[in-house]
Amino acid sequence: MKKYIRILLLLLSAGMILIGIYSGETQIVLQKAVNICLECIGIG
Amino acid sequence: MKERTRHLIQAVSALLMNGNLKGFFQGKIWQGKSKQVCVPGLNCYSCPGALGACPIGSLQAVLNGRQKNLSFYVTGLLILFGTIFGRLICGFLCPFGFLQELLYKIPVRKWRIPKKIDDKLRYLKYVILVVFVLLLPAFLHGTYGIGDPWFCKYICPAGTLEGGIPLVSVNSGLRSMVGVLFSWKILILILVLVASMHIYRPFCKYICPLGAIYGLFNRFSIYQMQVEKDKCTHCGICEKTCLMQVNVTENINSPECIRCGACKNVCPVHAIKSGYRLK
Repeated sequence: MKKYIRILLLLLSAGMILIGIYSGETQIVLQKAVNICLECIGIG
Repeated sequence: MKERTRHLIQAVSALLMNGNLKGFFQGKIWQGKSKQVCVPGLNCYSCPGALGACPIGSLQAVLNGRQKNLSFYVTGLLILFGTIFGRLICGFLCPFGFLQELLYKIPVRKWRIPKKIDDKLRYLKYVILVVFVLLLPAFLHGTYGIGDPWFCKYICPAGTLEGGIPLVSVNSGLRSMVGVLFSWKILILILVLVASMHIYRPFCKYICPLGAIYGLFNRFSIYQMQVEKDKCTHCGICEKTCLMQVNVTENINSPECIRCGACKNVCPVHAIKSGYRLK
């Protein structure tokens, strides 16, 4: 049973990552990550 | 694996995640394309050295955007990391976890949290995950329809330590913008750092939403810990050694286990195994 859960989770994660890449989410992540996050560093 | 080897892996991991060392001197952050990729541990992407993105920060960034989407990409990565490793990432790869372990080595009095309080406090990280990482960024937003990364803004001490302090120290423009929020975050950081000297990994036990996520996968992850019941003599040495207070013989793949292997190292009959298994 755990074997099937693992395989399902791996397939699910692969599918979600591909959907995310295809829909441009990596660009949102990149845009956020390459600019100083003022909230994260406590400036607001 | 010896504790020293694990610490070496943790140090190398911290260095690899924060390899842009010149950023600390320049007061600038890395802006390369590698920041599209989330690192597995809690590592602020506003750390001058950070070469990748923080998964918790990235999750909130997509959630609090105008479209209010749950990020397929970041969630998929978290599921992938969790399915393969579970909280092995906490035990071997997370820089903030590593820092807490180093602080715990300082020879000061160690505090023992009563089990009744400790058991209840362990649920706090799930509350923080749901409220501060998911709900507040998704549903509370400002004038332009964009919300705040609530966990990063009001709680995360890693951002203060890795990003806030280095950047504010070197960058005069940022330094002039410091206010009440910075003081609040410094206070949280100091509390976590002081607590880490007296309690083993308090942030990981009670606060970290990333540990909360990975802990959910411990039971199903490909990397598994196992107690060979026919060899185990129930001497209890493993449980006395476990600093995460896991009931090793009953539930070795507990969501609280960071898979450091301390129990495995100390077992006198070598009844504890660990490794990768698909079955």
